[in-house]
Amino acid sequence: MSENPIIRVRDLRKVYRVGEVEVHALRGVNLDVPRGEFLCVAGPSGSGKSTLFHILGGLLAPTSGAVFVDGHDLSRLSDSERTALRRRMVGFVFQKFNLLPTLTAADNIAIARHIAGRSLDHDPWFRQVLDLLGIADRLHHKPSKLSGGEQQRVAIARAIVNHPAILLADEPTGNLDSQNSAAVLRVLRDLNERLGQTILLITHDPVVASYAHRVVRMLDGRIVDDTG
Amino acid sequence: MINKLVFENLKHRPVRTALSILAIGVEVTMMLTLVGLSRGMLADVARRARGVGADIVVRPPGTSLIGLSSAPMSEKMVDFLRRQPHVTHAVGSMTHPLSGVTTITGVDLREFDEISGGFKYLDGGPIRNRDEILVDNFYARQNNLRAGSTLYLLNRNWRVAGVVEEGKLARLVIPLDVLQDLTANPGRISQVWVKVDHPANVPKVIASLKEKLPGYPIYSMEELTSLISVNNVPGLKAFITVIVALAIVVGFLVVFLSMYTAVLERTREIGILKALGASPFYILDILFRETLLLALAGTLLGILFSYLTRWVIMSWAPASLTQMIVPDWWGIAGAIALAGALLGASYPGWRAARQDPIEALAYE
Repeated sequence: MSENPIIRVRDLRKVYRVGEVEVHALRGVNLDVPRGEFLCVAGPSGSGKSTLFHILGGLLAPTSGAVFVDGHDLSRLSDSERTALRRRMVGFVFQKFNLLPTLTAADNIAIARHIAGRSLDHDPWFRQVLDLLGIADRLHHKPSKLSGGEQQRVAIARAIVNHPAILLADEPTGNLDSQNSAAVLRVLRDLNERLGQTILLITHDPVVASYAHRVVRMLDGRIVDDTG
Repeated sequence: MINKLVFENLKHRPVRTALSILAIGVEVTMMLTLVGLSRGMLADVARRARGVGADIVVRPPGTSLIGLSSAPMSEKMVDFLRRQPHVTHAVGSMTHPLSGVTTITGVDLREFDEISGGFKYLDGGPIRNRDEILVDNFYARQNNLRAGSTLYLLNRNWRVAGVVEEGKLARLVIPLDVLQDLTANPGRISQVWVKVDHPANVPKVIASLKEKLPGYPIYSMEELTSLISVNNVPGLKAFITVIVALAIVVGFLVVFLSMYTAVLERTREIGILKALGASPFYILDILFRETLLLALAGTLLGILFSYLTRWVIMSWAPASLTQMIVPDWWGIAGAIALAGALLGASYPGWRAARQDPIEALAYE
């Protein structure tokens, strides 16, 4: 385990109550992710990887255990504090792109900056990101006019526009054909290698997992394998 | 950025946006038209009273300011008033209700001409026979009448002797004794119009008359016209309040449904915004700005519609209804519409603000 991991998870548990039944989604997960790592969490449906994704992203509170992201203990944060953390420290990429259909690509990216209370003006880094993603000439189109691959690249731009500590990607290629999948994965790898972006990617696809530095496998709410 | 999102959201659902604006516009029109009608019709009454040219009005005891009661006062009062110091003319008139707000007025036409300077005839001329009637140009236009036309009122036919310029005494005028006979009120009148020798003597004459005629409402013309207002007509203010309350309910329901649907439709989008770190206040801000925009556009439409309703009313029923444009109510109606709209957006907004981002993102 690294000395200064950007993500540190200790004995993380999550129990959902469905009627009278308790569902143990996470059963004591321990995980360290060093800064700048491209980590893949793999596992079948129901293994707990999405729950882990939601907790690390501040979308869900754990039942017990400790979760540190860049030194902040998420398990002790209130709803509003977790909202603030998502604004500053976490970028999300979803399987279904989740762009706002009424806004152009540029505005979809800009709104993430706006929510964080920042402006896109005078950010040379962002221009570099757009070039890297290859969407500079598609910014004035609405999502309905973009291909799936382009939409996902816009979603990636939106996810990193606030310089998040971690980028969480949940099945980012699940809705793409193989060509676009490869393009998106190359973009993620470039972001990691050229900009040092820490990435945690969730997938059940071994091909996707092969792009990561390290793969952890989950089953029944536990990590059962760690290539690191 | 929020404004852009708000604008794009409204543009994205043009039919819903247009219907919401239309409904708020109708709500505002309801208020502006009702207030405009109330004021317009009262102003019309006041203008016609001023048109008589009298300085003082004496009404029977116990009558309201805008009474439609026919003839509770003896005609002898006219002679009594004529004999008072400084009084140069006194003429009695009788007002008899017909239907709705339409009345017919009986007056001694020779005496009325002396006090008022006479009617201005736009068509035809003065009454010569007992079966003749004068109508003003609004009534003539509404009923498609001109000199020589026949008009059926009070269970008999009348020949229109002349069409007179509106703004003097009444829309329908016949000789006093004819109306008294037809309504079985011989020797009775509704009010007396009094003219004095000099305007400076009006207060003195009123004071003297009040002393001699205790219990009789006696007004100077200025006082009478200033008292003809919404506040002094029994029940009118309450009626307006009820309509305004109905308008608020309409606005509330329309915006509630519109925003409720919008929140349901945009569940996923709200989830995206929340995942990006948007606070509940940010979500509420978007919905309330949309509501504000709808209310503003609806208010503007309502103001435009109030010109349209006035045009329709003045084209189809100028004698029965008079609508004023009431700019001092534009802000009030807009504020009421906005309040109803914000109230309507509150629950959907609250639902949106507390939506769980994970559930929202999973929403199809």
